[in-house]
Amino acid sequence: MLILTCPCCGVTGEETEFHGGGEAHLKRFGPGSTDSEFHDYLFSKVNPMGVHLERWRHNNGCGKWFHAARDTVTLEVYGSYPAQTLEPPQSVKDAITAKRPGWSWREFA
Amino acid sequence: MSTRLANGGRLLDRGRRVDFTFNGKRMNGYAGDTIASALLANDQMMVGRSFKYHRPRGVVASGAEEPNGLVGMGTGAHFEPNQRVTTTELYDGLTATSQNHWPSLEFDVGAINTSLARFLPAGFYYKMFIHPRPFWKHVYEPIIRKSAGLGKAPDQRDPDTYEHFYAFCDVLVIGGGVAGLQAARTAATTGAKVMLIEQTAHWGGRAPVDGGTIGGQPVGTFVDDLVAELSAMDNVTMRNRTMGAGVYDHGYVLGYERVGDHQPEAQGPRHRLWRIRAAQIVTATGAIERPLSFAGNDVPGVMLASAVRDYVVDFGVSVGDRTVVVTNNDDAYRTAITLKKVGLDVPAILDARVTGQDSPLMAEAKSLGIQVLLGRGISSVKGVKRVTGVDVCSQSGEGAVLEEIPCDVVAMSGGWSPVVHLWSHCGGKLVWDEATSAFRPDVTRAPTGARGEAFVVPAGAANGALLLGDVLSDATSAGIAAAKAAGHEGTAPSALDVEKIKEAPMAPVWMMPQGAGIKKRQKAWLDYQNDVKVSDIQLAAREGYESVEHAKRYTTLGMATDQGKLSNINGLAILSDSLGQPIPQTGTTTFRPPYTPISMAAITGEARDERFQPLRQTPIHEWHVSNGAFFEPVGHWRRPYTYQKPGETIDQAVSREVKATRASLGMLDASTLGKLVVKGKDAGKFLDMLYTNVMSSLKPGRCRYGLMCGENGFLSDDGVVARIDEDSFLCHTTTGGAERIHAHMEEWLQTEWWDWDVYVANVTEQYAQIAVVGPHARDTLAKLTDDDISAEALPFMAWKDITLGGMQARAYRISFSGELSYEIAVKASEGRALWDALLAAGSTFNVTPYGTEALHIMRAEKGFIMIGDETDGTVIPQDLGLNWAISKKKEDYIGKRAQARSHMTDPARWKLVGLETLDGSVLPDGAYATAVGTNANGQRETQGRVTSTYHSPTLERGIAMGLVLNGPDRMGEVLEFPRLDGAVIRAKIVDAVFFDKDGEKQNV
Amino acid sequence: MKHYSAFAVAREALRNHTGWERAWASPEPKKKYDVIIVGAGGHGLATAYYLGKNFGITNVAVLEKGWLGGGNTGRNTTIIRSNYLQDPSAAIYEKARSLYETLSQELNYNIMFSPRGVMMLAQTQAEVRGYERTAHANVLQGVKTEYIGPQRVKQLVPIINIDGPRYPVLGAIWQARGGTARHDAVAWGYARACSDMGMHIIQKCEVTGIKQTGGKVTGVNTTRGTIGCDKLGVVVAGHSGHLADMAGFRLPIESVSLQALVSEPIKPCMDVVVMANTVHGYMSQSDKGEMVIGGGTDGYNNYTQRGAFHHIEETVRALVETFPMVARLKMLRQWGGIVDVTGDRSPILSKTPVDGMFVNCGWGTGGFKAIPGSGWGFAELMAKGHSPLTEAFGLNRFYEGRFIDESVAAGVAH
Repeated sequence: MLILTCPCCGVTGEETEFHGGGEAHLKRFGPGSTDSEFHDYLFSKVNPMGVHLERWRHNNGCGKWFHAARDTVTLEVYGSYPAQTLEPPQSVKDAITAKRPGWSWREFA
Repeated sequence: MSTRLANGGRLLDRGRRVDFTFNGKRMNGYAGDTIASALLANDQMMVGRSFKYHRPRGVVASGAEEPNGLVGMGTGAHFEPNQRVTTTELYDGLTATSQNHWPSLEFDVGAINTSLARFLPAGFYYKMFIHPRPFWKHVYEPIIRKSAGLGKAPDQRDPDTYEHFYAFCDVLVIGGGVAGLQAARTAATTGAKVMLIEQTAHWGGRAPVDGGTIGGQPVGTFVDDLVAELSAMDNVTMRNRTMGAGVYDHGYVLGYERVGDHQPEAQGPRHRLWRIRAAQIVTATGAIERPLSFAGNDVPGVMLASAVRDYVVDFGVSVGDRTVVVTNNDDAYRTAITLKKVGLDVPAILDARVTGQDSPLMAEAKSLGIQVLLGRGISSVKGVKRVTGVDVCSQSGEGAVLEEIPCDVVAMSGGWSPVVHLWSHCGGKLVWDEATSAFRPDVTRAPTGARGEAFVVPAGAANGALLLGDVLSDATSAGIAAAKAAGHEGTAPSALDVEKIKEAPMAPVWMMPQGAGIKKRQKAWLDYQNDVKVSDIQLAAREGYESVEHAKRYTTLGMATDQGKLSNINGLAILSDSLGQPIPQTGTTTFRPPYTPISMAAITGEARDERFQPLRQTPIHEWHVSNGAFFEPVGHWRRPYTYQKPGETIDQAVSREVKATRASLGMLDASTLGKLVVKGKDAGKFLDMLYTNVMSSLKPGRCRYGLMCGENGFLSDDGVVARIDEDSFLCHTTTGGAERIHAHMEEWLQTEWWDWDVYVANVTEQYAQIAVVGPHARDTLAKLTDDDISAEALPFMAWKDITLGGMQARAYRISFSGELSYEIAVKASEGRALWDALLAAGSTFNVTPYGTEALHIMRAEKGFIMIGDETDGTVIPQDLGLNWAISKKKEDYIGKRAQARSHMTDPARWKLVGLETLDGSVLPDGAYATAVGTNANGQRETQGRVTSTYHSPTLERGIAMGLVLNGPDRMGEVLEFPRLDGAVIRAKIVDAVFFDKDGEKQNV
Repeated sequence: MKHYSAFAVAREALRNHTGWERAWASPEPKKKYDVIIVGAGGHGLATAYYLGKNFGITNVAVLEKGWLGGGNTGRNTTIIRSNYLQDPSAAIYEKARSLYETLSQELNYNIMFSPRGVMMLAQTQAEVRGYERTAHANVLQGVKTEYIGPQRVKQLVPIINIDGPRYPVLGAIWQARGGTARHDAVAWGYARACSDMGMHIIQKCEVTGIKQTGGKVTGVNTTRGTIGCDKLGVVVAGHSGHLADMAGFRLPIESVSLQALVSEPIKPCMDVVVMANTVHGYMSQSDKGEMVIGGGTDGYNNYTQRGAFHHIEETVRALVETFPMVARLKMLRQWGGIVDVTGDRSPILSKTPVDGMFVNCGWGTGGFKAIPGSGWGFAELMAKGHSPLTEAFGLNRFYEGRFIDESVAAGVAH
């Protein structure tokens, strides 16, 4: 039973308050994109053993979406941050680097 | 024989006699007894039969590790199988029955398996019963199933109640022995909020039995003082009869409290499941003594040395008159000394070790006149249903008998294993301790929590500290460390003055004698319940089942209800020996929750029957209930399927509702339909992205039907959108779709278009909504309002705020039936009043409330699609002939790109049509239209399928909709639909609109 | 290979079972094989077996980072059924089911296939329609199922509660020749048969890299050295994404935790397998007597083989609601496995962007039942380059939007 902190309302709650939403920082490809771009947007998953940047919704709370950096093997949560960002804030990157030097996730490191 | 001693029994209340029955035989014990101690006090050594060979089984242990003593308890609806006698407290009127035998415990036909044991080695069933093929299902398996299993299955609904509690603390201490008490006190003195749970009814664990002094006082006094001190602290919660069942991710712990098991007549729940959140967890779960493997070590009367001691000290029960102690360590000497001191006979201590110098315990035993034989082991145990003696041999030899010692109890000790289950549940790693030949927690690799922090601290015997002084100092450090990690600094109290008793090192002896031949190894048990012997593990290793998991699964070692608490380490040692590798290299199997089995009812808690899941009801629900509604579950809602009148079948009721509505007036409780307010400067732009058609051009006061797809292109929901004003819309969704679509909208708004000025609110439950349907719909409303609701003032696909029966209402003139129809929304609190008012106003028009089935039929007669019928998650709007609702002009909407993929633009997709059977019958739901030939996998080719099918009361014939290959281009063609019974129904492809094709009825 | 039979057991009994041979050899890896299969679970071993049996390809190594059969093969609830809706699914699962019928005899290893019948309950009108549709599809697919009413359900499963109150049983789809098998035995039986054909099963050998030359696979780096191959089949379930990453491509796969539990053993009380999808639970009784219970998956990527307790709670609640007597049983053990879930929740049996490399993954929560069919089809795909059984399960379907969606039978609430 994970514990997550919603960066929008500040509440730290149990997994049952939240809803997982898969990979974060996806770039949407709409009409005009190639089949390959559209396929990768919808289906190509990083699915890493290790650091994962992912989306969560505080659905039984404030209802807001946010992002979390979490390890899929140790389940450590390095930090959470608002969904309205294009990349993880430096503080979260630093927190990951402190524990997992040399990490990378898609284009971030 | 085993019997009650005249004195002693520190847990007994000898003033309170308790009567109970075992296999129908009346027995008695005292308050404070467990079933096990009471049975032993009544000379009932044999308590059951083993799983595979049906061998006689006696009590081996005194706690949670007991593999043999499992009984059925209670009668009727209160019956429960597999209750462990060593952990179940005795109460007046208790009925216990032994298990896994026929016809009786004493005489069990299944015991024939014992004679056949040589033909039934580990994994025998993988090598046999292969031919002839049908025999597995019809002959072999039924026999195996019948002889396997343990207790009888309960067969009634559980009449007891159960509940869940939630708790939050800084430090949770699991285990109320001296280590747990000391850790709890140390942590509590820092100011940390501490919770302490203990699985038994008593505090102090086994330390009071083992003896010693703390600060010059007996251990018992130390425990009493500590319990009193902790009870007085505001920041400490203590619960006994509460087991730490499992440790889960991020510091979540399940506690299992047996509230009523020992007092079945008391009010309140039987079990309570504690869901505990702790910043830090101290596992003070003690240690479990290991058996030794020697021939006949499963004969009733062979017990753990500590258990023999427990029964004397705790319950004043002598397990037998003459006890031979066999050991590889000093601790078992305590048993011999204890027995001797209460006047029982200990003919010998067989010590597998050859030590140079007597330790204090050895010296004490000798001084009491007990014969100590070093370097000795048991060659074999005599007796069948009860030990009658042991053959003594040299441990280093092959079992040549040196002497026979008559006895009726063998007390064995193979050393102690820390209870590491809870440490391990969430990933805590183990390290092999050479000195104690046991796995203990590797504190450098603890389970880690949300911040990567270690969140479990082992303490005392659970951490490998076996001597009293070490236990207490380790527990003190653990308490301080846990409190500190939870944010509470404190200093360790001064060390306690504990009497130090030096013990000689144990010897890693697993099997007796060292050179035991195959005949002996076939009789040396590792797992008593599942009948796994030394020879079985060796066979597994020889056959290549070398991984510890393979050996476990091949032999079933450790898979019984005790989950290997007694057998795992011994089996591991035998396996490692067979493979010629050190034990740590072999590794352990995985420890999984729960620590001991917990009741399913406790897990369920109060969520049973009506409270199984939340139930959503509309404001009109009570009326439905009292008017014959037959409900169907739709999500968590329950909607009337139809309203049955006395004497009516369901079909007749549905038919009546359709006819009355079409002829005059019907009413539907549509309150469950989703209602989402979408508001803001960019609301129109947003809805243009969400719906396949254009919503931004909708005029205030008007309604438009819209389709919504997922990004994958598939149709996911539909409904009518009303524009309320320039920047607000009200979107109707399907009943099941409200929450889903609301979440869908929020997701896009928050994660993709977060710079758009749009706000969404789900107001589904704020409004009651009633559909007023039929030729007399307007006449009915007119009776209740002075507002102008004429065709001109409120045309089709428009809405208007009106006053209806004195209530503020919003009337949407929309239709899902093809009739003149209004959906009236009022405040939820006025829903019932509106319903009643409409019923009254409609009474002159034969007003007929109708349910979901009539709704479905009327929409199907009109060829309207239904999400979930025409769609199934694989259908795109283009398949349904809904191109008119898909904007060609818009650059983008959710799903548009997906719908451009090759498979979705494939002209060979199945498309929506109407289907009309040639004989007027109703096509079966889900039937497929066959085509010629078969595919590469030999499956019949198909060319379409039925998506909705009904008997139309209006047309008095079967009507259906379906998806058919090139369907719209094949009007008039006849397709063949095989029924499940093999008959074929022929149906013609027709237009999907069966009734009032020109829409004359709704446009009046 | 020593033949297994009652006679052999009896003969061995006379010499105290000292004459049994290893069930499978434990060889050192060679420098190169024709085919390497990564992953000695049921699917990997079955693939190797049918490569040998159907195509005579026996210069094969099956590499396993842990112990064979130690992944989801040994962690599932052992249900075997083929009552699927979509044609490609029904084809591969029915192939598997029919192979299971005779697998004990074929492998000379009792895998205890028990065709006791599988029942999927319909508890909403949408489910009724969904399962009626499945029943119609199954007739045309050659899968023997029938749609039955609540009274027949009660007759087949006397301990079931068909009256609700919340979700009365309205009917069920019933596959009489579905059932269960002993999961470990499936892996062990295939392993023994593969070893007997001279194939190498190499345990404790983790693949750390995939070697390619000019876009073609040439071998793998492992913890036991570099091993060459002409063809590589990756059959590693939840770790498929990890291996694809080594080869430089991504898969439409996410790895999540799925949990299951067993009760303490009791005497026989339920002879069939029951699945209740509306309330999210399924249950059967093992030959040992344990009630074997499975439930839902976590909603986030997870490689821990653990899961949160609330899933167990939801599942047990569902079972108590469906079978009231379960309340007075006890949970003996719960565990988790890592399942690999694709974009349409159907498996992938496919060529990959790397020439000579194939993947078999994405079985999600339902892989055990498919093992023989999956191995049969995947072996054909690897040997011949195409197979009717695997045709529809290629990676290209995600580009084309041609999904195989089985969730449709469960219906969507209206």
